[in-house]
Amino acid sequence: MSKKLRVATTSLAGCFGCHMSLLDIDERLFPLLDLIEFDRSPLTDIKHCGPCDIGFIEGGICNAENVHVLYEFRKNCKILIAIGSCAITGGLPAQRNHLDLGSCLTEVYLTEPGLEHGHIPNDPELPLPLDKVHPLHEVVKIDYFIPGCPPSGDAIWKFLTDLIAGKTPELGHGLIEYD
Amino acid sequence: MSIFAEVHDDYLDQILARYDHSPFNLLQILREVQEHSGHINTEAVNYLSTRLHIPRVRIEGVATFYSFLHLQPHGEYRVLFSDNITDRMQGSQALMEKMCQQLWLQPGKVSEDGLVSINTTSCTGMCDQGPAMLVNGRAITRLTHQRVQEIGSLIRNRTLLSDWPADFFRVEDNIHRSGPLLDNTIAPGDVLRTALALGGKDIVEAVKNSGLRGRGGAGFPTGLKWEACCNAPGEARHVVCNADEGEPGTFKDRVILTRQADLVFEGMTLCALAVGAQHGYLYLRGEYRYLLEPLQAVLQRRRDNNLLGKNILCQPGFDFDIVIHLGAGAYICGEESALIESLEGKRGVPRNRPPFPVTHGYKQQPTAVDNVETFCSAALVMQMGAEKYRAIGTSKSSGTKLISVSGDCPRPGIYEYPFGVSVRQVLQDCGAVNTRAVQVSGPSGVCVAESEFDRKLGFEDLPTAGAFMVFDDSRDLFEVARNFVHFFAHESCGFCTPCRVGTSMLKSTMDKIAAGLGTKYDLREIERLDHVLQTSSHCGLGRTACNPVLHTLKHFRPAYENRLKLLEFKPAFDLDGALARARQMTGRDDAGAHLKTEGV
Repeated sequence: MSKKLRVATTSLAGCFGCHMSLLDIDERLFPLLDLIEFDRSPLTDIKHCGPCDIGFIEGGICNAENVHVLYEFRKNCKILIAIGSCAITGGLPAQRNHLDLGSCLTEVYLTEPGLEHGHIPNDPELPLPLDKVHPLHEVVKIDYFIPGCPPSGDAIWKFLTDLIAGKTPELGHGLIEYD
Repeated sequence: MSIFAEVHDDYLDQILARYDHSPFNLLQILREVQEHSGHINTEAVNYLSTRLHIPRVRIEGVATFYSFLHLQPHGEYRVLFSDNITDRMQGSQALMEKMCQQLWLQPGKVSEDGLVSINTTSCTGMCDQGPAMLVNGRAITRLTHQRVQEIGSLIRNRTLLSDWPADFFRVEDNIHRSGPLLDNTIAPGDVLRTALALGGKDIVEAVKNSGLRGRGGAGFPTGLKWEACCNAPGEARHVVCNADEGEPGTFKDRVILTRQADLVFEGMTLCALAVGAQHGYLYLRGEYRYLLEPLQAVLQRRRDNNLLGKNILCQPGFDFDIVIHLGAGAYICGEESALIESLEGKRGVPRNRPPFPVTHGYKQQPTAVDNVETFCSAALVMQMGAEKYRAIGTSKSSGTKLISVSGDCPRPGIYEYPFGVSVRQVLQDCGAVNTRAVQVSGPSGVCVAESEFDRKLGFEDLPTAGAFMVFDDSRDLFEVARNFVHFFAHESCGFCTPCRVGTSMLKSTMDKIAAGLGTKYDLREIERLDHVLQTSSHCGLGRTACNPVLHTLKHFRPAYENRLKLLEFKPAFDLDGALARARQMTGRDDAGAHLKTEGV
């Protein structure tokens, strides 16, 4: 049997819903693990990813740390997949895009009723938010997109098994969802 | 009943009365309301809603669809610079900038005193005498720095548009080559007399035998269309003349309507006789508003001479009349089913086809929709006889075609040729030298490079609605394509997602490449987008929106490649700049508060 494919996954400005959906492949996780092994992923708790075959990212780009992680994935993964609405369009977090970031921060940390002596967090440990939330493909090249919020476990299974088999992934009727 | 019903409003009541209080005339009503008060205010919307018994959202939906209608004030003087690539080549952008400076204005904004606003609009059909603009809907041609400055002063002094120098509004015909259509001297009524002797069936047969095909670009056989309309079951039949000449670079219908209006109406009446229609509509694009009164005068003269109205030419039961309907700045209304929606006073969204307008057109009745030039040609067929007409042109494209030549040549204007003329011949006749490319039939048509100049205009090879834009070797074909892509993104009706989103994405990608941030990846993305647009758009706009890019990529790929980064991918925006607001709000400037944009 050929070498197992290394797969890294992460959630950026997402809700981990797409990862939950990945787990929805249920008992098919076992045959999958015969074919792949996980690198950096919430499932392994590895902090940084090494060279991989497939990178699997949910969520859009909302802050500086997201950019660093995305770059790390792009540099290490031969194939990078954007999964779910947030990764593909910015999704729910991008609803702040029509607001000025400054007024958002002011509203939340300074003028919100009940706040006293509030201040906008400025610890260097915290990543700074970008003025707008971007989908992944606006920051790096993305090779494949799996739409859905979240895509079903079946769609993810079909997509991954196609890729592993060396086929151009095709999600037929019933597997593509946009909501 | 709403309280607004009790409000008595003189000017609105007059407009409503002129249009029979019919929601089918909503677009015309709104256009007149705006001509009266500069914009369509909330009170007017409420009043119309009550009187026409339609919801307010329907009125607002229509008003916001058409770019010449406004629910907000847009200044006493609304200046719109025509933004076709030919206007730009004649220096429109510098003129607009200068005018904005002169009047202390930003493009798109209304001046603080509410006096004036300046913006761009899609091609106004004056490409042979540009740069051109519209002021409160009136076309002004041959703009120069001096003329623009004079216009600025007239606006500042609040001079009434009617008191501006007449020369500003002069529109030339610029006919450089004429043929049977433009040379026509048939007396009004003669064609109809010939036709009456034949009768409906024989008229259709003659048009079929002549091989006449639609002149709007698609080339559907006119005789078959008339026959289908005639045979379709219905309570009433309609004849519609499509004079919504919106394809950038096309202006031949303007010249036909100026010089041969009688022939157009004669052709429409002929069609009415052939299909048994009683109602005719001329859908005139809003940019040609200045033609409305002269055309109405022609219609009135024809009524007075018994060529329109009841019992035409004393033929009992031959009743037909024509109404002119003005568009309001929507390219999509050139598509026949969108045009019919617009005629019915709705947003100009293309219908699902089939059913086609010949069976389910205006008010769901059989409707023959033809181009201005087609009606003229049909009238000529009657006069000349089918055989003689068929002898002109080529075997599959009979007759002549009017070509609107613009761009880099010393003699832009109208040329009437028999079908089958080569691109090279037209270039030679208009005096073009060092020509790099010709855009045939407008942005949705074909970009023809030098190696293909022997291709022939006609349905066998290069079908055309008439536009012929010439680009010499000083022009950058990437910028030409980018202008066309912006045009389609602006004119997409917004109904279907592939076109609404796809044309915008195409525009952003072209802008990214223009800004020097494009990569090979972006070229591949363009090709993918093109595929989506072509295979899944609702109508022809989306399907053809990528043509300018595909054709220029084929012939002028280096114009794109020269702009690309030697990278696989680069973002279109500055990542570090995207953190500036957060840095400002937190007061941070440490290393972690910055990002380096990396190419991949």
